[in-house]
Amino acid sequence: MKFSCGRGAMSITSSSAAWKPTDVVADQFPAGLRVLVVDDDPTCLMILEKMLRTCLYEVTKCNRAETALSILRENKNGFDIVISDVHMPDMDGFKLLEHIGLEMDLPVIMMSADDGKHVVMKGVTHGACDYLIKPVRIEALKNIWQHVVRKRKNEWKDFEQSGSVEEGDRQPKQSEDADYSSSANEGNWRGSKKRKDDEEETDERDDTSTLKKPRVVWSVELHQQFVAAVNQLGIDKAVPKKILELMNVPGLTRENVASHLQKYRLYLRRLSGVSQHQSNLNPPFISPQDSTFGPLSSLNGLDLQALAATGQLPTQSFARLQAAGLGRPTAKSSIPMTLVDQRNIFSFENPKLRFGEGQQQQQHMNNKQQINLLNGIPTNMEPRQLASLQHGGQSIGNMNMQVASHGAQNNQNNSLLMQMGQPQSRGQILGDTTVSHSPRRPSSMGQPILSNGMAANVASRNGIPETIGATSYNPVSQATSTLNFPMNHASELPGNSFPLGSTPGISSFSSKGTFQEDVSSEIKGSGGFMPSYVKFNDLSQHKPQNWELQNVGMTFNFPQHSSSLQSNLMQSVLVQQGSSGQMNGHNRSSAVVSRAMFSAGDIKEHGNAQNVNQHLNNLVDNIIRVKSEGVFDTSPGNLFPVHFGQEDLMGALLKQQDSIAPTENEFDFDGYSKDNIPV
Amino acid sequence: MDRNPLRRQLQIMRKSFFDQGYLDEQFVQLEELQDEANPNFVEEVVTLYYRDSARLILSIEQALERKPFDFNKLDAHMHQFKGSSSSIGAKKVKAESTQFREYCKSRNREGCTRCFQQLKKEYATLRKKLEAYFQLARQAGPMETACRPK
Repeated sequence: MKFSCGRGAMSITSSSAAWKPTDVVADQFPAGLRVLVVDDDPTCLMILEKMLRTCLYEVTKCNRAETALSILRENKNGFDIVISDVHMPDMDGFKLLEHIGLEMDLPVIMMSADDGKHVVMKGVTHGACDYLIKPVRIEALKNIWQHVVRKRKNEWKDFEQSGSVEEGDRQPKQSEDADYSSSANEGNWRGSKKRKDDEEETDERDDTSTLKKPRVVWSVELHQQFVAAVNQLGIDKAVPKKILELMNVPGLTRENVASHLQKYRLYLRRLSGVSQHQSNLNPPFISPQDSTFGPLSSLNGLDLQALAATGQLPTQSFARLQAAGLGRPTAKSSIPMTLVDQRNIFSFENPKLRFGEGQQQQQHMNNKQQINLLNGIPTNMEPRQLASLQHGGQSIGNMNMQVASHGAQNNQNNSLLMQMGQPQSRGQILGDTTVSHSPRRPSSMGQPILSNGMAANVASRNGIPETIGATSYNPVSQATSTLNFPMNHASELPGNSFPLGSTPGISSFSSKGTFQEDVSSEIKGSGGFMPSYVKFNDLSQHKPQNWELQNVGMTFNFPQHSSSLQSNLMQSVLVQQGSSGQMNGHNRSSAVVSRAMFSAGDIKEHGNAQNVNQHLNNLVDNIIRVKSEGVFDTSPGNLFPVHFGQEDLMGALLKQQDSIAPTENEFDFDGYSKDNIPV
Repeated sequence: MDRNPLRRQLQIMRKSFFDQGYLDEQFVQLEELQDEANPNFVEEVVTLYYRDSARLILSIEQALERKPFDFNKLDAHMHQFKGSSSSIGAKKVKAESTQFREYCKSRNREGCTRCFQQLKKEYATLRKKLEAYFQLARQAGPMETACRPK
């Protein structure tokens, strides 16, 4: 791979926080690697800095995690890699790791004097790319560049797969320099494009350079697509680039995806965190639909599943979700589903469920359903989740923006999600309101795409809300001051992302250290997330982007529960679950999700109950309660009935519930009632 | 000048640190980081270490005076202290830290107290030795201080 910093290497001076663009340093790679080292021990910090300098890296040191985060946020492309201590007074190193992974998607190396297997394992599960035992020797630092390369390589590969959007994105991104990845990364990425020749890339770049990143409105469909993509990739590995590729939405940029993803993650986190709270899930803002979001956490779990559903929800993602759901910020991917514009989300449902169902679902899912779902969800997000949402939100935000523009993406998303879920499990339906919308994937997503769906929905929701109705968000959030996110980490709140209401087209969480505020605003909105979702509804039908998850392969391993309806349901359920987040245990989330999805789907199948919402709520509750056994009993009917109308969904969900015996209703979806969310 | 004898003396002193187990390989790492740009790097780091760890020592002392012991807190403090000490290569101090943590884990109050006294002793001894060392190094001339054949 040639590491040519096409971007001209914006290198950051190490010692001072001043960044000065330097010439391309790619040729001297790994020299010039921009490292951020975080350690509360000044002795270690000093030594590390010196060692890194000796390796010819550009070092920035800081002794507090919060500071590190804000530095990173302010300079999204300013660093290539982060090295962080595990034990820090102001923030746990693993939490920082999560944040960074979510928001910036940078490789993070953990270090500690503690070499216990448990701790090291924790590093692994949290996504650290390496773990160094103190005292650190310079030899260990000399090779850290490999992590940067590896990551870029993987991203590039992902990119390659999808190709189109990415390229388009890259162009603008590059020019805009507002990338989540480091500029070096971009450059390398471009330079090492294996697939195309440089010329080709260049051409594309030229073409796309004119592409102005449109304000993305994260419609339900788009969100669904997003969620589907995330699910397919697996929440752990869902990086913006890959998601973008999977989504294959023209005009959607990686940044859009990244911010949306951030929000989504935060949302999920919130969900899982909320589950602990279990309360305040019903943010007033849901008023439009009166949906009471179930425990976010459960939703989280679901989302996670959906997200992680790239075929199988990685246990660890789930674990994370669950943790998140449980209020443990382990899950990086708490997707701030809540933000999803309910309407939009539901609009996802409306659109044809892509799940194998084909178009039938579409009608079923109406936005309302989605909305309801969404509404419920955000409220329960715990701060953590919120934070994660935020994180996700950032990417999602972007996505939202784009999504919105895409219009009825939601549906597609839903379908996409559904589709995704399909292979895996019904659960995938979960996140995808979009899935429901567009039964794009008629393929049988027999598999419980629910989770995906849900996730997708969530995701889409997240994204959508932001963009769609940024404004709408505001009112909601404010209205829902009931949301009490136990904002433990205010900073984590993706205030930015979700306060979509306020800023339409919230492209990214302006998490520049303003998470706290954002979060609170979000939280206020009871989940601030919800509002965003609501916005989605507005979005509804933009040009139906092809969110289809092209079989993203939702990796939910949900036992084949299926039905697109489920996805829709799941979405709702997911949302609800999110609130109740009961996922305990790593599999829980997945299980829950799948279950929820499943149930949702099943329910849907059974009938497009008019009161899907209500049903859904109930179901969701049940679903959420399902302790992620990971077993979706729901009979997988059609995987995600694309058209879940809210009512339908609910009805289906309910029905499913009934029919689904085994599902352990551990999901406690807070009853969020889904009103018909007008798309 | 009398650099040579001073330098020789310095080398002998230095070697004794390793032979007697006061310092370990990590100290060498620090020395290797010292260069023209940072000619007193090792001394700076050690100074920083003693300054920063003093408050940790104090915290631990205070925690040891409380009854009952908060072993978790003690362990956390010591973990931090150990990390710091190991980063400068303070071998004996690090060993005592490890021992202390063992006592914490087994909730051995007396073990903790005893161990901590021992730790403080080693900590102080090392400081004296290093202070003498650096002083000698300054006298011997900056160029020669960190030179050490691998």
